[in-house]
This record gives sequence, structure tokens and C-alpha cells, in this order.
Amino acid sequence: MASIVSYLKSSILSKVVMAATGVVLVAFLSGHMLGNTQMYLGQDKMNHYAETLQSLGVALWLIRGFIFLSVVLHIVTSINLKIINMRARPVAYVQKNWVKATIFSRTMLWTGVMIGLFVTYHIMHFTLGTTNPGSFHLTDAAGRHDVYTVVLLGYQNVAISAVYIAAMILLGFHLAHAISSAFQTLGVNHPKYTGIIETGSALVSLVIVCGFISVPLGVLLGFIKPVAVLAAGGM
Amino acid sequence: MKLTLHIWRQKSAKEKGAMATYQVDHISPDMSFLEMLDTLNEQLILNSEEPVAFDHDCREGICGACALTVNGVPHGPEAQTTICQLHMRKFNDGDALYVEPWRARAFPVVKDLVVDRSAFDRIMAAGGFVSAHTGGVPDANAILIGKDAADKAMDYAACIGCGACVAACKNSSAMLFVGAKISQYAHLPQGQPERKRRALAMVAKMDEEGFGACTNLYECEAVCPKGISVAGIALMNRDFLRAKLTYVETKTGGA
Ligand code: FES
Repeated sequence: MASIVSYLKSSILSKVVMAATGVVLVAFLSGHMLGNTQMYLGQDKMNHYAETLQSLGVALWLIRGFIFLSVVLHIVTSINLKIINMRARPVAYVQKNWVKATIFSRTMLWTGVMIGLFVTYHIMHFTLGTTNPGSFHLTDAAGRHDVYTVVLLGYQNVAISAVYIAAMILLGFHLAHAISSAFQTLGVNHPKYTGIIETGSALVSLVIVCGFISVPLGVLLGFIKPVAVLAAGGM
Repeated sequence: MKLTLHIWRQKSAKEKGAMATYQVDHISPDMSFLEMLDTLNEQLILNSEEPVAFDHDCREGICGACALTVNGVPHGPEAQTTICQLHMRKFNDGDALYVEPWRARAFPVVKDLVVDRSAFDRIMAAGGFVSAHTGGVPDANAILIGKDAADKAMDYAACIGCGACVAACKNSSAMLFVGAKISQYAHLPQGQPERKRRALAMVAKMDEEGFGACTNLYECEAVCPKGISVAGIALMNRDFLRAKLTYVETKTGGA
């Protein structure tokens, strides 16, 4: 055990763990976001997708375990780094000004904490159904878990949608610094590619965030409609 | 020019410091920032007060001795300029300026604005060197070095070790300094024999000295009086990882 966590004593190894687990989480977020957009394809497609994921069985739990491990390492390492970094400056500046550092890069820990809290709520909401037991165990006409309607009912609540949208904006803040930063930490910095990496990272962050936000917004604006409305041929 | 100066006063490493406020008049816009502090000190001495201690040596931007933050920015507002080379014409009459020392656990305050930067020397001693021939003087151009490699090495070697990178960093990280030193050798054939050992030793020493860990804010690059690029940090990360994965220490000499 001691040797497994001894990386925490090295600044660069800790940074590499932050970057590597971050890469896993960005890959997961991209997949999750693409899955969510199936809400636009209607109840059948969405529920079929959810059922396919569930039918993976052991593989699903392996993937979940891998993502969970990444999250734990990401959090533990960041807390450890924060302690090292706070210790490194015992006396603060009376006056501090920033020349180049962005708001995104300076607030990573706090956006991270907010995202962590949000993810806990999100799992209770859509994975466990703890916050919404009455409307969580719905089934569709084919007898599948009606994920489509569960999500729709969730987002029809303006307050819940607002929480999701706000959390995704914070995620955008986090990713705006995180993605290009991971390249630098892993040693990828080259005059020929740094520009592309920075633009590409900003774009990927934007696409992930917009993709996620588009679903609650789609529900609120009526682009994603309840099954009853669709069945009645309504708009 | 007239200025209001808020300056960090601290009698010694043991004692607590605090800001003190001074008024200085008759500042010529052609003075350097340090000459302005000299003027203040003359004024303090005339009033039988303790002058403000600050580091300086060459006063021409090449030695790396001068070190202070002005309004929260190491070396003040002018890009790629040491504080000794900063002229008062960059400020306005009536300005209020906050003058503070580098703030880092690894750079303890000795007095007022003077900090102890010997942590940098210890990092250099851990691996910032190359092995060289003894005996006869080697031919200057016996080892061919491409112009671009030489230029890159020079860009990193421009580091004067002032510590502004540490001072600017949210985490008091020394990674721009260590990255510059590692990169300066990594680009040259002379730096290759100790390359892996150097990366491991200098990074370990840096961690041991109590500097923080870089979070890629790049504030260091922005305040560096020599414009050292954070690409040096990426190179250090690469060299360190490669060495971590592949370096095996030989216990005895070769046979
Ligand atoms: S006094 Fe030498 S660089 Fe400023």
C-alpha cells in the first residue's frame, strides 16, 4: 500500500496521475454526452440504448469500476497537491495581481468540488432514483426501463434543469483549463502543435458542455416531448 | 513624481512582518525602481530610521539578484524586465505601490524584501552540471552542435535564477526554473551523459525544498524577465518520466 501511494510524494508523478485520470474522465464525459443526445431520437432509441448499456453486465461494472477508480485517484491526488501547494506559501501576498493566469486555471479546485457534489446528486437522481422514487421505476410499452420519461420528468422541473445547466457551466470552466493542461503535464508541448492543442481543447470542452446542456434545454423548450404528446400526434 | 509606498518590513526570519507606508517625493521618472528605493532609504537614514533592505547587484538585468513584487507582480508591470531595469516613468505621479518580497516557504525572508534563495543553489548542486574533461584545453568546436539546438539551449540558459517564477506561481512552484535548467542541458550533447540522473535528482531536490506543484497557470512565463518558455516544464516532465521508467542506478563503477 505504502508503495502504491508513494507517488503522492512526487510533484510530477502526482501531476501525471491528475492528467491521466483526467484523460479517462474526458473520454467518459464524451461518451456520456453522445449517449445523452439520443434523447433527441425519441423514447424507443433512448430506452434501447439504456437497455444495451445495462445488458453489458460484468463489462459495465468493470467500466464503472475503472471510472470510479479514476475519480477517486483524481480527487485524492488533487487534495494532496492542494495541501503541498498551500504549504509552499505560508505567507500570502498583501496584494496579488495576475498577468496571464485565467479564471479557469485559478479555480480548478473549486469547480472540481462543485462538480463532485453535483455528480453525487446526479447519481442519486438518474442512477439510483433516490431523489425521485415515485417516478424512477417506469417502464415503456416494450417493458424496458423508461429512461426517456424519467429524464424528461426530471428536466421538466425548471429548478432541476437549472442545477444541471449550472453544473455543466462549471464543468466547462474546469475543462477549459484541464484538457490542454493535461497535454502540458504529460510533456506534450511543441511550437508546431501547441496552438492546435489549445484550440482543440477549448473546442472539445465547448462541445461536451453544449451537448450536455442541450438535453435539459431541449426538454424545457419543448424539442424533446413527453411520450403521451408524441402518441397523440401533438406538436 | 510623488509616490505612496506600502513596503513589507520584517526585522528577521524569526519575526513577523507587516506592511509600512512611506511617502517619497522628488522621484525622477528616469530613475530605476531600485534608485527610487535608494532615495527612500536616504530619507529614512536622515530620519534615523532603519533603511529598507533589498537585494541587488548588477542593476543591469543580468545577475538575478534583484527580487521584489510591485503591486503583486514579480519585477513589476513591465514584461521581460527585471526590477532593477524598470524605470519610474512606467508609473504615474501619485501612484500607491505595494512592494513585497518573493513569498514562498522555500524562500524564507531574511530581512524586509531580502529572501534566501539558496534552495535554488541546492537544486543546482543536485544535478545542474555536466561532466567535463580535466587536463588540456579541449578544442572549442570539437563537438558539433546545430544552430537550432544551440539557440534553444541558450534560450533556457538565459535564466538568471532570480526566482520570479516561484514568486508569481499560485503554488510557489519552481518548475519553470528547474525546467529551464534541465532543458538547457537536454538540448546539448554535453548534457546527455547525466540526463536521466539529472532529471530525477533535480526534481527530487525541488520537491524536498518545499516548492509547490505546477498547475499550469503559466504565470511564471508571463513574469520571467528572460521570457523562459513553459515548454521547458513539459520537457522536464518528459525527461523525469522517462528516467523514472528506465533509469537504473549503477552501484559500482564499470569494469
Ligand atoms: S540587480 Fe542584477 S538583475 Fe537586477
